[in-house]
Amino acid sequence: MIKSKQDKRFEVFASVVMVIVMFIIIFPFVLLFISSITEEKTLLINGYSIFPEKLSLAAYEYIWNSRDVIFRAYATTVGVTVIGTTLHVLLVALVAYPLSLRRLPGKSVFNFLLLFTILFNGGLVPTYMIYTTVFHIKDTYFALLVPNLLFSSFNAIIVRTYLRTNVPSELYESAKIDGASEFRIFREIALPLGKPIFVTVAVFAGLNYWNDWTNGLYYVSDSAKYSIQQMLNVMVKNIQYLTQFGRAPTSGSIPSVGLRMAIAFVAMLPILIIYPFLTKYFEKGITLGSVKG
Amino acid sequence: MTRQKKPLRLRAQRFKNYLPLYLMMLPAFIYLFINNYLPLSGLVLAFKHYTVQGGIWGSENVGFQNFMFLFQNKDTALILRNTLGYNLLFMVVNMVLGVTLAILITEIGNQRLRKLAQSSMLIPFVVSIIIVSYMVRAFLDPQAGLLNTLLKAMGKNPISWYDTSGPWPYILTFVNAWKGVGYGCILYISSIMGIDPTLYEAARLSGASKLQTIRYITLPFLKPTVITLLLLNLGRIFNSDFGLFFQVPQNSGLIMDVTQTLDTFIYRGLISLPNIGMTAAASLLQSCIGFMLVIAFNALTRKMSRENAIF
Repeated sequence: MIKSKQDKRFEVFASVVMVIVMFIIIFPFVLLFISSITEEKTLLINGYSIFPEKLSLAAYEYIWNSRDVIFRAYATTVGVTVIGTTLHVLLVALVAYPLSLRRLPGKSVFNFLLLFTILFNGGLVPTYMIYTTVFHIKDTYFALLVPNLLFSSFNAIIVRTYLRTNVPSELYESAKIDGASEFRIFREIALPLGKPIFVTVAVFAGLNYWNDWTNGLYYVSDSAKYSIQQMLNVMVKNIQYLTQFGRAPTSGSIPSVGLRMAIAFVAMLPILIIYPFLTKYFEKGITLGSVKG
Repeated sequence: MTRQKKPLRLRAQRFKNYLPLYLMMLPAFIYLFINNYLPLSGLVLAFKHYTVQGGIWGSENVGFQNFMFLFQNKDTALILRNTLGYNLLFMVVNMVLGVTLAILITEIGNQRLRKLAQSSMLIPFVVSIIIVSYMVRAFLDPQAGLLNTLLKAMGKNPISWYDTSGPWPYILTFVNAWKGVGYGCILYISSIMGIDPTLYEAARLSGASKLQTIRYITLPFLKPTVITLLLLNLGRIFNSDFGLFFQVPQNSGLIMDVTQTLDTFIYRGLISLPNIGMTAAASLLQSCIGFMLVIAFNALTRKMSRENAIF
């Protein structure tokens, strides 16, 4: 198609606007990083700035000095994310595969039981009361893991639909005729053929666990079990929480403001690093889950 | 006898055949029972005067007293206004921005810039709201924040942002858009990519301008996606983003009149034991109204576009 002058002008306009939008998106990240490497005094006197007078790695030095505490929280987040994501994908796959089969008797009952949890939610109060008074998960690692295990039953429905439309039922039938067990069919046909959707679900589950701070807020007050997000949450109110653990950096006092920013930066760094590789899964997940969230 | 026996045995055989499939589903349904169905029994708390000794089921029944307290509470109207008002505001702002940005992104000529713009849209989506609240603090900190530095540079008085209600509706709308526009935008982009390109070519040949093609081809094609997204959001209008309203204002008491929503109210009630009955009542109302709205708007969605409905 031949582009008219007007088209060209519109393209330039679109590009300029989007460059500005990208700047608005990126700027807070840059500000956060720069303030984590700004010298504390400069930060307090001149304020947050993209071009600080004096840089300093004191915040990162302090992180290193109090690494027992921070790495512990980091390890908690990594552990919970890995275990939680694995269990989530497993639960979703195991429930979605049978529901994707047209022949399963009683399917509509199970479908309803699944769907109902999306439509009606008891809400925070009863959930909190049951978890704390019946299951006593307060201050245990279960508190970080269990309440989000099936954080979205939609994932099960999305996977079910995907398997139903993308795996030809002839494949299952011929495997059955060859005498394969249901578990074998699941493992050797449904899992490999559903791989793209399982990766997408895993990406969203992983993000959900990595960024989760609510379960920590509700159920965990033992600082030894803090996740990195909860550590950040506690530090908003109480910077002393962290400054009691490490030794002050060689150059002067504890950089309290810079330290918060440094930990925030360290907490989101893994996500920012892997984001470019996972963009297509995020986009896919959004369009597949469509507007259902 | 023999006639009845056969189907019974057949049925048993059938069940045995499907048993592995039921076993596969068992873990998920046990989990849903614990996490979703069992807590429903806790909803009775809305009708009880909760005491630690009495527990969930042993506490004294008080009928609708908790609901009476809730409706007499002077903050309830404010909380409802905030919850509904912000949701409506966010819906409109994010829709307008999302559609505009999606159209602009698809119009960028340079392939690499276009891809870059599209993938940057979701970066705020993957960051936790706690980190977002740290970023907001860098702008709004009363002493060192970037905005006050700018105000001072312009010779104006700095503002104590976390103690001043006035700007917060704007701040929250901006933060919510910054974090959330990308989600809708990606949806709109994928709808636009699905439009048959020959439509545009035909329009251009008959002399339509760029703006006309957007007005008469792109926008009408986006309409179903926009409407379904709006309907589904309307179904959740009594639910607010807890993180946004709790973390971003940093729990500041002085601006609560414009930052308190149902979800922050329920959380704050939950951690202060005397209010648990009233909180449970609010929580139950939120669940029930939410349920009815989701059902109603889902029915509407089904009419609009079958494949976008939840069920």
